[in-house]
Amino acid sequence: MPKGNIITENLNKDGIDRRSFLKCMAWAGTGALCVLQGGVLKSFALGDSAIHGMHKMKGELAFVQISDSHIGFNKAANPDVVGTLRQAIAKINALPTPPAFVLHTGDLSQLSKAEQFDTLEQSLKEIHTDKIFYVPGEHDVLDDNGAAYRERFAKGSIGDGWYSFDTGGAHFIGLVNVMNLKAGGLGNLGSQQLEWLEKDVKHLKSSMPIVVFAHIPLWSVYPEWGWGTSDSEQALSYLKRFGSVTVLNGHIHQTMRKVEGNVTFHTAMSTAFPQAAPGMAPTPGPMKVPVEKLRSVLGITDVNFVRGHHTLGITDSTLDTAI
Amino acid sequence: MKIANRKIGSASVFGLALGLILFSGVHASAGDSEKVAAKYEINIQDFSFQPMTLNVPVGATVTWTNKDEEPHTVFSSDDMFKSKALDTDEKFSFTFTKAGTYKYFCSVHPKMVATIVVGSSKNKSEPMKTDETEKTN
Repeated sequence: MPKGNIITENLNKDGIDRRSFLKCMAWAGTGALCVLQGGVLKSFALGDSAIHGMHKMKGELAFVQISDSHIGFNKAANPDVVGTLRQAIAKINALPTPPAFVLHTGDLSQLSKAEQFDTLEQSLKEIHTDKIFYVPGEHDVLDDNGAAYRERFAKGSIGDGWYSFDTGGAHFIGLVNVMNLKAGGLGNLGSQQLEWLEKDVKHLKSSMPIVVFAHIPLWSVYPEWGWGTSDSEQALSYLKRFGSVTVLNGHIHQTMRKVEGNVTFHTAMSTAFPQAAPGMAPTPGPMKVPVEKLRSVLGITDVNFVRGHHTLGITDSTLDTAI
Repeated sequence: MKIANRKIGSASVFGLALGLILFSGVHASAGDSEKVAAKYEINIQDFSFQPMTLNVPVGATVTWTNKDEEPHTVFSSDDMFKSKALDTDEKFSFTFTKAGTYKYFCSVHPKMVATIVVGSSKNKSEPMKTDETEKTN
């Protein structure tokens, strides 16, 4: 890939045409950095020395997303999930710009056990950041409908654990789509949460950038494996009028992106073990890769937001790459 | 089908055991024939309940065993039975005392759906006796 590939086709007010944006996004899985600077989208391969300069120049808000740590998992796909989580933490602490906060998009634990939540919480204290925000995965709400999870990770939240906050000029919304799942169905937000969401964004100006984070993808990635949310369309309908919406999810243990109008969907890698690409295995269970390959399929997501621009710079990096 | 074969097998062993020394070991493990006949097993494997549809007589105890590396649950759609989250190799049992069709699913992976049919036409009338008297050849 050419270094510092500046995209010059500017067809809309963002200075980014959809085709070029997708072209840039296509590099994400192999470790590329896409960043908006002065209204021009630039893409760099990770490891490119120019990245360090970019980090210093851009961004009024930088945060990191991690996901699917599955503390307590100990099978062949990764017998040391605490070890790989620590590597992810080291990677975050090595970023040129320390993140303002970290989002964990669920499946903190394998079995919602107190000692698993403990280990996760203690480990994440090593991150050099001010705050960590969580949403639960289906593994975090087993047997108690998420009571233990909320007590520890979502105090002050509403309903099953949803909430919103403003920071850095953007509005962040943490949603819960892993509760009260219906037979044969997908992830589910439910009417109570949808009602809350509609009210939550009602007073916001359309120019306010929105970042939504939830565990199960809020778009139909692969319904055959349950990789989607049945009522996500209704949720997204409340966000249609906004100029910039970024949706960050986990659950599928791999990066995937889609851009639809003003909405950018993105899923993060796991810090624990990979899962197969949609339909490429008989089941969506933990995928065993050769030990020396594991770090190349786990990772973190670095997000940068520049006020006044409509697209967030999203960088995925695997545990085996140096930033 | 596997379950049905096993059940018939146990009943057959009970019937033939008196005459066949060859089967004595199996006979010992079979123990109380009624209990053996009323026990059914379902494996939770590869994100599915196997078998997906199981016919059992009234009074049958069904045991689910999670063979996956993922936790699964056994939740009936009408709240009649609910397991805790089952980790690898953990089991859950439920005894069906009334005839009917019971749909259930995994609340963690709701795409996983299955059915237990209790007291179907095949085994509706006194299933235990049918097992012992007619399938002993």
